[in-house]
Parts: sequence; C-alpha cells; structure tokens
Amino acid sequence: MRSSQNLSSLADITLADRFAVGGKGGSLGELTRAGIAVPPGFVVRTGAFERFLAMLEIEKTIRSRVESLCQNQTDEDELDAITALSERVRARFENVALPQDLQSEILGAHAELCGDRLDWPLAVRSSATTEDAEDASFAGLQDTYLWVMGAEATLKYVRSCWASLYSVASIAYRRKHRMREDGVAMAVVVQQMVDARTAGVMFTRSPLTGDRSVITIEATWGLGSAVVSGEVTPDRFVIAKITGEISVRDISDKHVQHLPAPSGGVDEVETPDEMRRVPSVSDDELAALRDIGRKVERHYGRPQDIEWAIDRNGKILLLQSRPETVWSAKAVNPVARPAESPVSHVMNIFGGRR
Amino acid sequence: MSTTVKARRFPLPSSLEVIAGTERAQAAYPYYMQFTAEDDERFWFYNSMHFPAPMCLFDTITAEAAYCALGAANTRVHCLPTTLGIDYRIINGRIYIGGNGVTDPAEIARRTEEFKQRAFYYYGNWERLFAHWKDKMMALIRDAQRLPKVEIPELEPLEHVYAGRGVASNHYLLDIYQKTLEGYYRMWQYHFEFLLLGYGAYLTFFDFCKKAFPEISDQTVARMVAGMQAEIFRPDDELRRLARRAIELGVDDKIREGSSPGEIIKSLEQLGDPGKAWLKELAVSRDPWFNINVGDGFYHYHRSWNDDLSMPFAALPGYIANAKAGQRLERPIEKLMAERKKLIEDYRELLNTDEDRAAYDQMIGLAHRVFPYVEGHKFYCEHWYTNLFFNKIREFGVLLSAHGFFPDQEDVFHLTHFEVEAAIVDLMTSWSNGSPPRGPSRWPPIVEERKAAIAEWTKHDTAPALGPVPDIIDDPAIVMLWGITREGLDAWLTAGDQPDSNEIKGFAASRGVAEGVARVVKSVDEIGRLRQGDILVCQVTNPTWAPIFQKIAAAVSDIGGSMSHAAIVAREFGLPAVVGTGTATQKIKDGQRVRVDGGRGVVTILG
Repeated sequence: MRSSQNLSSLADITLADRFAVGGKGGSLGELTRAGIAVPPGFVVRTGAFERFLAMLEIEKTIRSRVESLCQNQTDEDELDAITALSERVRARFENVALPQDLQSEILGAHAELCGDRLDWPLAVRSSATTEDAEDASFAGLQDTYLWVMGAEATLKYVRSCWASLYSVASIAYRRKHRMREDGVAMAVVVQQMVDARTAGVMFTRSPLTGDRSVITIEATWGLGSAVVSGEVTPDRFVIAKITGEISVRDISDKHVQHLPAPSGGVDEVETPDEMRRVPSVSDDELAALRDIGRKVERHYGRPQDIEWAIDRNGKILLLQSRPETVWSAKAVNPVARPAESPVSHVMNIFGGRR
Repeated sequence: MSTTVKARRFPLPSSLEVIAGTERAQAAYPYYMQFTAEDDERFWFYNSMHFPAPMCLFDTITAEAAYCALGAANTRVHCLPTTLGIDYRIINGRIYIGGNGVTDPAEIARRTEEFKQRAFYYYGNWERLFAHWKDKMMALIRDAQRLPKVEIPELEPLEHVYAGRGVASNHYLLDIYQKTLEGYYRMWQYHFEFLLLGYGAYLTFFDFCKKAFPEISDQTVARMVAGMQAEIFRPDDELRRLARRAIELGVDDKIREGSSPGEIIKSLEQLGDPGKAWLKELAVSRDPWFNINVGDGFYHYHRSWNDDLSMPFAALPGYIANAKAGQRLERPIEKLMAERKKLIEDYRELLNTDEDRAAYDQMIGLAHRVFPYVEGHKFYCEHWYTNLFFNKIREFGVLLSAHGFFPDQEDVFHLTHFEVEAAIVDLMTSWSNGSPPRGPSRWPPIVEERKAAIAEWTKHDTAPALGPVPDIIDDPAIVMLWGITREGLDAWLTAGDQPDSNEIKGFAASRGVAEGVARVVKSVDEIGRLRQGDILVCQVTNPTWAPIFQKIAAAVSDIGGSMSHAAIVAREFGLPAVVGTGTATQKIKDGQRVRVDGGRGVVTILG
C-alpha cells in the first residue's frame, strides 16, 4: 500500500511519526520496522481527522467550545455541559458524510489489507496524539473495535474512533488536566485481527517491586480484551529476564473467554471445563515472549508495557507496546554506593540490623 | 497471620522426653551436651543439615570440635560484632544448636572496631593467607598420615632396646590417640579460619542483589558467584575421566553394572596391559581424590570411596554409557565460566545507576576472591582429613576388639572419646603389669545397650526447633550456614496447620519440573535403593552423592540453602531441586508419586 497524507502503511511508520499517527500507530510502526511480528495494517492519519473535524465546524470551532467548558462552573454543571457537548459532537461525527477522496482511499487500503476475502476480520483502534505524546495516561479512554468485518463496518468504526475523542470521559480528562485542545488529535489504526488462541499483557519489569530483572506475563484463553477489561483473572507468570527461569506460575480459573462473534464483534463465552485450569501458554511460548519482551525493551531503551496475542497457529504477534510509566516515574536512588575499600561492604552483613 | 504465628512456639527442651529404655545411653553423652532447665529460655533448632541421624557417642566429637572452632573464630579471633558462637545439646541422639547473639549496642560497637582490625586484614590478604592455609592443611594431613600404626607387641622389639628408646610401646598408644584427637580438633580450627568471612562476603553480594532485584532467585545469585573448579568437584570429574580412559583402552566392557569392584579389578588384572594401564589410572585418581566420603564427614560410617569402591564403581557404567552415546563427559569449564561472566554482565546492565554498578563490581569481585576457600575447604577438611581420622580411630577399634573390649572393631564408635582414652589406658596398664584388662567385662553390654538406643532413636522423628521463636534472626552465622530465617521458622510452625495440604514449599534450588517415585532416604546406607528416574527425598542432599545425580530425576531436602553443594551439583546436572523444606522426609512417604518444581520451590504429592 502507498502511504499518503491521509493514510500510512504500518510498515512505513516510525515513532517519530507519532504526531501524525498517534502513540499506538507510531509504536506499532516502530515495532514492525524493528522486525517484530505485528498484524499488518494501516493508519488513518490525524491529517484526515483534522480535515473532517474542520468540516464539522460551522459557527464556532469544536475545540474552542471544549476549551471554554469548565471555566467557572460547579462540578455538576460541568458534567452536564460536557455531556451535552459530547452528544452533539459525536452525533455529527457519525452523521456527516466523509470526503469522497478520503472514503475511497480507506476503501482501497481496506481491500488491499483484506486481499481476496473482503470480510476478513479487522481491529479498528483509536490512536490519540497529544503535544507531549507520552500519553499512556490516555490509555483506555478511547474506543477500540474488534472483529470488524466488511468495508462499511470499517468506515463506521473509523468515525466512532474519531468521535471517541469527544466522549464524556475524554473531554473530562482533558479539562481536568487543562490540556490544550489544539494539540489533541485522533489517528485510527486498522489492522488484521488476530484470531487469538491466547492473549495477554507483558511488563518488562515487575509491577509489584519494579524489579527490572523479571518479566511479568498475564495470559488468558481467547482475545486479550478479557484481560484488559478485567473480566477474567489471568494466568500469571514471572520469568527472570536474563535466565528465563519461571519463578511464579499462578494458573487461574479462566471461567470465560472473549471469542469472535459470528456476525462480527466479540462474544463472551464460557470456557470449556477441561481448559479452565490449564495454563493458557506453554513454557516454550513463555520463553519466546521473554525474547520478544527483551528485544522490544532494548529497542526502546526502557521498560515496556506490551499487549500480545498468539494465533491459532501458535504465532506470537504484538498488538501494542508503550513505556511503563509507574515505576519509571519514581526517583531512582542507588541501592549501594562504591566504597573506598570494597571490603567495607561486608559491614552490611556483619554490622547487624540498623 | 503474623500475629497468630507470633503467639506460637516450638516445644520447650524440658518437654522432650528421652525415649524409654534409652536413658543410660542418653546419660552417656558428655554432661556439657545435656539440656538443662535454663535452656527453656532459648531458641534451638535441630541441626539436621549436618547431623541428620542420631549420633553415636564417639561421633559427637565432630559437633564438639566444630563448634569449639566456629565459636573461637567468631567470638575471639575475628570478633563478629553481633554474634558469638554456637551452643550445642543432644537428646535422643539428635543435636540441637542455638546461636549466642550480641545485642548490647555498646558491645556491638566495641566488637565492630575489633572486627575491622581483624577480619579486614584477612580480606585484604586473602590470597596469601589462603595459600598459607593450604600449606598448613597439607602439613596436617601429612602428619596424620605419618602417625604409626596402632599396635602393641608382646615384647618390646630388640631394636628399641638397643637404640635406647627408653619409652615402651604402651606409651605410644596414648601418644597416637592424643595426637589423633589433637589433629582433628586442629583441623576444625583451620576449617573455620576463613569460613564465616567467606560466607559473609558472599552474602554481602547476595544481599545487594536482593535489594537491587527484589525478585531475583537465590540460585541465580549463586550461579554468579560459584566457581567451577573447586576440589569438591574433582572426585566426580575423576570418575568421568576414568570412564573415558576405559573406553580409550578398550576395557569398558569389563566395568559392568552388577559386578563387584573386586570382580572388576580382578578381571582387569587378568586382561593384561590395557587392564593394568586402567588400574594405574585408577590408582592416580584414588590418591587423593577418592578420599571423599559418601556423607558429609560427620559420621564414622560415612566411608570414603577409597574404603568402599562400590559407590564410584556403581557410577562408572553410567558415565561409560553416556560417553558411548556421544555425550561429552568432562564438564565444559570454559563454557560454564563464559556463562557466568555473561550472567554477571547482563544483570549489571539492568542496574539503575552507575554508582550501583560500581558497588556491584566491588562486591562480586570480593565474592569471587573468597569463594575458592568456601568451595574448596570441604575436600581437605570434611573428607580427606576426616577419613584419616576415623580410620585411625578404627585402628584402635581393631586393637581393643582383639583384646576383647567389644566384639567388633566398629564398636569403638559407641564409646565417647573420653571412654576410648580410658579403655586405652586400661589396655596400657594391662600390657604393663600382666593383669587382664578390665574393659572386656565392662564394655560389651554397654555397647549393646547403646546400639539398641541408636536403633530406637532412628525410628522417631524429632521437633525441627525448640523454645521461643526469636523476633528476628540477626545472626549471620545461622542465616549463612543453615539458611534459617524468621520466615522459614514461621513456615515450619504453620506446616502442621494444613495436614492435608499436598504441597511442600522450600527454596528453589535448581529449576525444572520432574515427576517420579519418591525415595525417602534417611541415611546413606539407603542410597542403593535409588532407581533410574526416582526422586531423591532426604534430610540433606549431599554433594558427594554427585554420582547418583545421573540416576535420579530430582532432589528434595529438609535442610539446605541454594548455595549448598547439592544445589550446585543439581544445577550442573540440570535436575530440579527443592531444598530447605523442613518437613519433606516426614510428609512424603516412600514410593509416593511426587512432582518437583525446582523453579518455584514446590513439591506436590500426587499420591
């Protein structure tokens, strides 16, 4: 696929493009180029969003309306005002016709991505961008649509992703943090859907202790949405980053799983009894995930928070990687400092508890 | 949870009863090893790591010599700031020990200054002092080897008379005996000259790693520190070498499973040159590397390979088969060392700051300097010297039994070392004055009674610990040598709460998962029961059992830390191992199927 002002192939994107393709799109492109398996796809760039947004603005720009919210209002009034504006704006996103050229470009890219099977299931994912672009805190505020089938549905959900930038929660979040609306835009990632046998998340450090020498993996049967949404207690593994030794292996009762619905979208179904308490990843797969986690961390030079899936053929694909933010934001104090004489360190043991 | 645990305590020493019918045997242990009423105030634990079976009276010299030396080094020589030595008691043949902590801040401060003058000097001059140590140790071994044979002629030989020796042979019995004891006590002094300092330097690095990487496994830190060429690995290396030589010389078909060492040696002698060439290689390996015993050197019946070739010969066919199947036999030292280097570098890279990296370099550097002693001393002390010692005592056993003191030479070990000396004086007297010795009418029933007591005590388990649980365990010696921590004690206390639980937790010592039939081996004599693929369950996994590690599928022990030689050997063989479970030999029944998860430190009883 040829990239344009409106669209970019994931294979053409690097992290430097994140202002035009959003954090998620930039990261997926970067991973693709780093040689890590990512489901193929394209990004509807923020340029397309900007054009469409401009078409929706008649008297006053939407952005200045958002910014003028919450100036001198009480909490309750504020929420009412946000809700009213959100409903108006989202309705317009969904009803106004797309520019003809943009629509045909998306349809062309869609056809290319799906090949000879036009109802190939896709994921349509929001990829917001902000001025500082370190926007992990945005995670979860915008919509993602899974198992989208057909061109019509794809177009519909691209609009829905755009509109989700103006959801009540998103607006409220941005107002609360006094973010400038000018810097906020929405790109949309359209990717082949992974028919996940197993999926989950991986942190390249311990979320409990911040230990950088371990990788924590959470996994469940089916699509990863069941883990992200918290509907299933996932299997949990802790693996030594360097030696590969598995120190924690908590196999949970995975009572439900998210699976594709026949007519598109995702169903929550009960897990067959014989699978509920069985590990959803093999030791070999854990080892492969560890290798990928190390590679991604090394590529970015810092600990990562990764979403991944294993397809029905056992192939591992990454769905997202973003910098870990909680521990990385903490001040780093040395555990020990070099001593004039190396021997004096032994007083930590022989000197008694202090 | 921790509050309920705190309220609990182990049984008091005074509540332990001497098993009925064994009271006289118990009373025969020296008075300073008997529990007293005051001992109820203190915390004690059963040292099943070193003394997993009831102790014969003579063998308690091992505890006495070791704790005298350990305490001297800690208390008076290096002046460890927060701890003195170890107290020891015995009941029903089981040795309980307790640490003597220093808690007064002023005393700790005073001892700290002393410690810096003494211990820091040792660290600063480690290589020179360790070289000196090896010289001293070898001289001690030579002295022991040069002691005359224990015998007494009917009449003093003429050459003694003509040489004007002036000292008769009965005197030399006492002289040899006292020198034998003296050498043994001295060996234990040497043993502890460096040991705590060595472990301390290791633990300093360990502690740093646990702070920098809270979830790092003990075994990973152990792998960063462990050397690969310690003397303790040599006996097993020699077996591999002998296996390879047997194939090269074309005599391997004579070394078959099921044949006794005597039969094999005889058939090789008859084979002519190739057979003789291999036997020559065997002789080279035997001196000194077969001076390794099948236990940890704390029991007289842990015989050395040299004394009983069945252990090394049982292992040879396996190594020969492996070599013929194309496996490389020699341990790939260079590869192991390169792996260790890479491991150290990879963890170093993950540290957060350059200051951490500089401190890390200092600590791992010190740990590597001290570790050759920590890994190497055992061969000289617990094995080589200890074998010489027990064999010398055995010579007295031969002499005394020949004079009717007791029926069997091994019976000498049912006397305390004081009683052996008394028997020797008795014999000296008898030889000198021509009267019959008094011992033959005294010792046989006592020996019988004591043998029965040992047999009885062996049938009974004993409490893992006694007395009040301390709030903290701040004694570096106890933590380092026995791996006893407050958390571990809490686990021991609550172990009985879930009698139905089929999971037993311990230290993750060597990763991997294995299932198999459990062989609960309570003493070294039972090693022969192990079959290919069995899971070894024992009180303490012993590194000198290394050759059986090629047979078993996994190892589980009651006591031990991840730096125990057993853990190291298990890792080298790639076998799952869980150590320090506290209760595995009590909870697992012989023949049960179990699963060992060495990465998690969990043993599951499958039924």
